[in-house]
Amino acid sequence: MNTLAVNTPYTVPVAMMDVLQVTLLILVAAGATAVVLIRARVRQVLMLSIYGVLLAVLFLVFQAPDVTLSELTIGAVLLPIVILLTLAKVRKREQ
Amino acid sequence: MTPSQRRWIFLVAGAGLAAFYLWGLSGLPGFGNYPGPYGPAILRIAVAQTNATGVVSAINFDYRGFDTVGEEFILFVAATGVAIVLRMLRGERERSAVDEAADRNVPPTSSAVRMVALLFTGPVVLAGWWLASHAQTDPSGGFQGGVMLATAFVLIYLSGEFLVFKRFSPADITDAVEAVGAGGYAAIGVSAVAMGLAYLKDFLPLGQVPGAVSSSGTIALISFFVGIEVAAAFILIVAELLEQTLLIRQGG
Repeated sequence: MNTLAVNTPYTVPVAMMDVLQVTLLILVAAGATAVVLIRARVRQVLMLSIYGVLLAVLFLVFQAPDVTLSELTIGAVLLPIVILLTLAKVRKREQ
Repeated sequence: MTPSQRRWIFLVAGAGLAAFYLWGLSGLPGFGNYPGPYGPAILRIAVAQTNATGVVSAINFDYRGFDTVGEEFILFVAATGVAIVLRMLRGERERSAVDEAADRNVPPTSSAVRMVALLFTGPVVLAGWWLASHAQTDPSGGFQGGVMLATAFVLIYLSGEFLVFKRFSPADITDAVEAVGAGGYAAIGVSAVAMGLAYLKDFLPLGQVPGAVSSSGTIALISFFVGIEVAAAFILIVAELLEQTLLIRQGG
C-alpha cells in the first residue's frame, strides 16, 4: 500500500508521513520537557506558546485539522496571555 | 519518615506503575488500527444521513450532540466562575493602576506591534466567522471559530489600549452574547422535543447539496451558537484578567 493507513484522497507516501509523525512526536516531547525545565517565568510562558504551536502541527500531521485550529489559538495565544496577565498581577502585589 | 524510607516507597510504587503501564500498552491495538465498529459505521452513513461533509461536526453537533451541550456548559460555567471569583467585593474600590516603580524605563508598545495587530484583526475576525459558520462543510466548527474571534479582541487590546478593548467588548453585551450562545444550543434541543422528536434531533431541512453552507439543518445552527458562546466566554475571561491587572482594587 502506497498511501496512508487511513484512506485519504491524497497520495502521500507512508514513509514520508511516518518520518513527519515521528519527528513531530520527538519535537513535542522535547518542547514539553523544555517547558518544565525553564525556570524563568516569562521565558517559560514563551516556551509554552511555542509548545502550543508544536502540538497544533502534531494534530495536523495526525489528520485532526479541527483540533489544530483550536490548539493554535488556545495553546499558542490565549493560555500564555492568561498566564502572563496573572504573572503581571502577582508581580505588582509583590512590589 | 526518613528520606530513605520515602525513596523505597517511591521506587516500589513507581515500579508497580511502570509494570501496569507496560502491561496496558502491550494490550493496545496496533498504531493507527481502530478496531471498533462505530467509526466505520459513521463514515459510511454520516454524509447521507446529515448532508454535512464535515463529519467531525456531524458527530459533535448531531450524533453526540448531547455530549457537546455538556462541554459547552462546562465553558459557560468556567467563565461564570471567573467572573464571580474576580467580582468587586463590598468595600473594594477601583482605581487605575499606579506605577509602583515610576523610575523604571517602560518601553511603549512599539508601532510594529500595533501595526501587525491592526493588520491581523480584520482577517482574524473573518476567519473566525468563517470557521463558526462552515462546520457542516469541512473541519471548521463553532469552537475553533469562537476562540479565533476571541483572539481578534486580544489583537484589538494589543493594537490600542485597555479602554479600546473595553469599548469593543462591553461587559453587558459579552455576558448577553454568552448566555444567548449557551441557551441557543439547549433551546434547539428543546425545540426538537416540543415537536415530539428526541432531544437535539435534527429538525431543520437538510438542504439539497451535501456540504453546502445551507446544508445539514441544526448542525450549522448549533455550530453558530457554539461559536458566539465560546467567543464571548473567552473575551469575558481575558477582560476579567486584564481588569484585575490594570485596575487595582483595595479595601476602602
